[in-house]
Amino acid sequence: MTTKLKALCEGSAVPLLLIVVWEAVARAGWISPIVMPAPSAVVVKWWEALMPAAAYDPTSQSRLAWALSGEMVHDAFASLYRVVVGFLVGAGLALPIGLLMGANKRTYALLNPLVQVLRPIPPIAFIPLSILWFGLGNPPSVFLIALGAFFPVLMNTIAGVRQVDGIYLRAAYNLGVNQWTLFTRVILPAATPYILAGVRIGIGTAFIVVIVSEMIAVNNGLGFRILEAREFMWSDKIIAGMLAIGLLGLAIDTGVSRLNNHLLRWHRGLEH
Amino acid sequence: MAQIVASNVQKVFKTADREVVALKDIDLEIARGEFVCLLGPSGCGKSTLLNAVAGFSLPTGGVITVDGKPVQGPGPDRGMVFQEYALFPWMTVAENIAFGLQVQKKQKAEIAATVSQLLEMLNLKDFRDRFPKDLSGGMRQRVAIARVLALDSPIMLMDEPFGALDALTRRNLQDELLRLWERLGKTILFVTHSIEESIYLADRIVVMTYRPGTIKRDQRVDIPRPRDPSGHAFNELKRELGRLVMEEQQRHADDEMKLAAVD
Ligand SMILES: Nc1ncnc2c1ncn2[C@@H]1O[C@H](COP(=O)(O)OP(=O)(O)OP(=O)(O)O)[C@@H](O)[C@H]1O
Ligand SMILES: [Mg+2]
Repeated sequence: MTTKLKALCEGSAVPLLLIVVWEAVARAGWISPIVMPAPSAVVVKWWEALMPAAAYDPTSQSRLAWALSGEMVHDAFASLYRVVVGFLVGAGLALPIGLLMGANKRTYALLNPLVQVLRPIPPIAFIPLSILWFGLGNPPSVFLIALGAFFPVLMNTIAGVRQVDGIYLRAAYNLGVNQWTLFTRVILPAATPYILAGVRIGIGTAFIVVIVSEMIAVNNGLGFRILEAREFMWSDKIIAGMLAIGLLGLAIDTGVSRLNNHLLRWHRGLEH
Repeated sequence: MAQIVASNVQKVFKTADREVVALKDIDLEIARGEFVCLLGPSGCGKSTLLNAVAGFSLPTGGVITVDGKPVQGPGPDRGMVFQEYALFPWMTVAENIAFGLQVQKKQKAEIAATVSQLLEMLNLKDFRDRFPKDLSGGMRQRVAIARVLALDSPIMLMDEPFGALDALTRRNLQDELLRLWERLGKTILFVTHSIEESIYLADRIVVMTYRPGTIKRDQRVDIPRPRDPSGHAFNELKRELGRLVMEEQQRHADDEMKLAAVD
């Protein structure tokens, strides 16, 4: 416990020092607050955005709904919703296609050229097309996120299926499995470490793409909010928004990592 | 009638630059309930023959029949225990043992009963919900044996199953295997390159030659069980088999030298 505490103190020394210097510089007025607002101002803005704007009114809403009515909370949910839907669409398509491509040479030969052509195009390059195809609002955003999540999950699923150790296949055939059981009970679990690595990259990409897409096609979400703040030159709000984006990213990554540890609890070298 | 019959079995591996005759003119009959060891130096084709019986890799000539039917592929009537254990690491001990039964679409209650019984029989009760990564080598091989016993296959094929274990664990598992074999009456075809292990276990020891793999000696072991490795008859046989294996080992070494000279 004390060593943990010590590590925490050590780890926070540099950031704290930086914040103190930054605050001092801002207060001394050496830098315009539009370029670089004081950290205290950022925290104030962050808190304002997080908290409900109106006073609690028991007649019109529940306490929970009120507590979550802050602008930042709404934006965070909007962004998270897009990430989740886009990721589920992208990964949901990538997983079966990847399993097929990994297991079946014909399918691989058929689809791989297309994959190789499309894969290097960054999802962001699809922005113009996505707006032409889907207009404004959530659909183009979800499309871009799905695209960003699709390829990492696809490539890792293919690799995962291909690296399955032949000894497991032989053991399974020896026990008399049919193709379906072999696939669901042996190949799929044996490929999970690879697939989950792809999921992690895919979620990371999805999170980048959601912020970018919100700067273009929609009018809520954390990405939209920081771009909106720029028009008013509210740099404190911009940084507060960035802080929120960082925290949401951290929360998503922690969640995925927890899931990872649970699903791979059988895996050697993953001690916890 | 013999349960496993190999007649005139050949196996040739073709690689890019040469052909390896791994098995040649193999004629072998194994009776129901017999414990047979395949013995020979590394590379003499023991695994190749076992895999042919298992149906993983069919012979290029001749036939192998099991209960009169030619072997055409792997199946649960010939349970295999691999040297590398080959447990499914994502399944717990109990799940690994149950898997073969689930594949056969057995009733849940029946599966649970069989699994408990096997866990008991192989001293694995305290490990039922552990994953293979948490087990020692000896424990893993017990689970692999339990997994095959769950299938209740009449034939057990074992490819150097105890090769990676320390001497003490190895002796324990050998004793346990003999107990199971006497109790369950299975036919066992057991690959090893340990002369002592083969004499300790087998009714019959089939010594193989190195390249091409043929049968050099089909030796019956008449020493009553439990066999004492320090006994006279045991050591007599050990010397005799040692001489046979050493000849083949020597040919193996000469072969390596020749290959090295070519390279
Ligand atoms: N797939 C393969 N392709 C080419 N040659 C092979 C193949 N499998 C085995 N061989 C060759 O066939 C011969 C017999 O191999 P096998 O694995 O049966 O030997 P083994 O007696 O089991 O040896 P060990 O004790 O080392 O396991 C060896 O010379 C090996 O090089
Ligand atoms: Mg072998």
